[in-house]
Amino acid sequence: MRPVNTVIGIAAPLPRAAIDTDQIVPKQFLKRIERDGYGPFLFYDWAHDVEGELDPDFVLNRAEYENAKVLIAGPSFGCGSSREHATWALQDRGFDAVIAPSFGDIFRNNAYNVGLLPIELDQTEIDRLVTVADGAGTVSVDLESQTVTAGDEVFAFQIDEHVKHNLLNGVDRISETLESVDAIDTYEGRRPHHRPTLND
Amino acid sequence: MTAQTLFEKVWDTHVVSARDDGPSLIYIDLHLVHEVTSPQAFAGLEAAGRRVRRPDLTMATVDHGVPTTNRALGIIDPLSRRQIDALIDNCKRHGITLYGIDDPRQGIVHVVGPEQGLTQPGMTIVCGDSHTSTHGAFGALAFGIGTSEVEHVLATQTLSQTKPGTMSVTVIGALGRGVSAKDVVLGIINTIGVNGGSGHVIEYRGSVIENLSMEGRMTICNMSIEGGARAGMIAPDDTTFAYVDGRPFAPKGVEWEEALDEWRSLPSHPDATFDREVQIDGSSLAPHITWGTNPGQSVSVEGSVPDPSSFADPTERQSAEHALVYMDLEPGTDIVDIPLDRVFFGSCTNARIEDLRAGAAIVAGRTVHHRIDAMVVPGSSLVKLQAEQEGLDRIFIDAGFEWRDAGCSMCLAMNPDILAPGERCASTSNRNFEGRQGRGGRTHLVSPEMAAAAAIAGHFVDVRTWT
Repeated sequence: MRPVNTVIGIAAPLPRAAIDTDQIVPKQFLKRIERDGYGPFLFYDWAHDVEGELDPDFVLNRAEYENAKVLIAGPSFGCGSSREHATWALQDRGFDAVIAPSFGDIFRNNAYNVGLLPIELDQTEIDRLVTVADGAGTVSVDLESQTVTAGDEVFAFQIDEHVKHNLLNGVDRISETLESVDAIDTYEGRRPHHRPTLND
Repeated sequence: MTAQTLFEKVWDTHVVSARDDGPSLIYIDLHLVHEVTSPQAFAGLEAAGRRVRRPDLTMATVDHGVPTTNRALGIIDPLSRRQIDALIDNCKRHGITLYGIDDPRQGIVHVVGPEQGLTQPGMTIVCGDSHTSTHGAFGALAFGIGTSEVEHVLATQTLSQTKPGTMSVTVIGALGRGVSAKDVVLGIINTIGVNGGSGHVIEYRGSVIENLSMEGRMTICNMSIEGGARAGMIAPDDTTFAYVDGRPFAPKGVEWEEALDEWRSLPSHPDATFDREVQIDGSSLAPHITWGTNPGQSVSVEGSVPDPSSFADPTERQSAEHALVYMDLEPGTDIVDIPLDRVFFGSCTNARIEDLRAGAAIVAGRTVHHRIDAMVVPGSSLVKLQAEQEGLDRIFIDAGFEWRDAGCSMCLAMNPDILAPGERCASTSNRNFEGRQGRGGRTHLVSPEMAAAAAIAGHFVDVRTWT
């Protein structure tokens, strides 16, 4: 994973609550076995009419948000299905951060694992942020200082220190874990014998 | 040692290494794999030159994309076929047990695990699927993960996880006739909200939970994620042990006795406390029906479609407004008066043998309403076989239901089973999200009994009065 620190760009508002991962990437696009190329499927059913034509009224189809890098959404963003495709689609479409009052637990982990920043701010801070960034203003997310800046207003956010370290340094999580392979071996040595195995 | 909860006991016995400043490394006892969320994980593993650490703790089956009719024709959708072929190939290369489309044990992964006895108390179980919470019904810690985490488990048999908080949902009293586990969990989600369990593992407890069968407990734990919790758990007891005993992967002989010793030590200590505690009176629960586009938006069968202005919270009000437009419903409409087009009887929530028996008891000797297109999709090929041995297939077929092969089917409509735009469906599944069962499709989540009765009547009816 590449290191992540600062995201500076246009913020697109999508202020709906409980945007589930079925909306972020509908199921018909989960049949692919590739990891890239999901950008065109992002919010597909909202972004396209039934004929598959782009709906000009959908916020992300508006010209001013074409190069948006930050998505500002309602609470429980990414709830529902575990599909990591949701994070891949957001990144492929150019988003490097999502700001919302809360996130689905699985989505948040997936985002950390792919280097997409899920930033939690209070609803009142988000309302203020949207106002300040109105008209496709630029928002700056800085992971090191744990701040979101719009105009001359600064909003602080919380993040787990270890997760932050991994994101800032682009740590490969599997390599990190394999440094503890002795501990895994030791644990396996003391697992109860009655746990099931498939190769009986 | 402080008085621990069930979750804390299972967590602690699985910590490989703990960190003070963040996530702990926990060991995974069972990794369940299906075709949709695994191909990129295997590709990543191979690109890094890694192997599957414990193929003997990994089980795969095909469920999301498989057709439920005419399997002799093979998989016609070329993308689904390629995806399933990728799983077959990956399992072969890495020595992983696969219950493929022609295997008698094939089925929805969360039905197959318990059915084979692979799901046992005290285990940690993960799968690239959010309904992995189902397995918590056995007193296992089971939760859904993303594809990067699937790759991590394949490579290391561990996961790096921040310890979640604890939450108890106690359902007291006793359920009335015609009120099922599905109604209990819809009632719970209606109470706590779709974000209510976020950051927590829920332990379901109380007399209602204790009196449920394993099938009912699985229905409840299955929908934990719909209340925001990655995992739900229920203390193992004699009901649990009786279910596991004798299944293909259940411990035998001395190991069974050792297992029982461990399992009996798992229930939360009587003095254990939870970060959050919720109590619900099961005696007051009625059959529930969702009217909106998230599983928290439900009412009792005696109720009506709410007026969005009745919600004090502006976010809930806005969600209700959006939902009623999508669902094409008018506030004040009695929920039983909503006419239906389709009935879907299936999914990892409600397609086990007990669900099929409950549905069959409702439809026996009756005929599906002429306007309704109804189908039964058993949760596994073994559930299908058992139902056929019990004659349940004849009851459904004679009533006018289609009797299908096992898979996820129209719960998420990745296979050819899909709603047409505008179609309205009573569904025993777990998600009524926009477009979940097909773009423009309108889903109402209900219990198996309620779905069966709705298929006969053509609209919702109160099964408590069904004779």
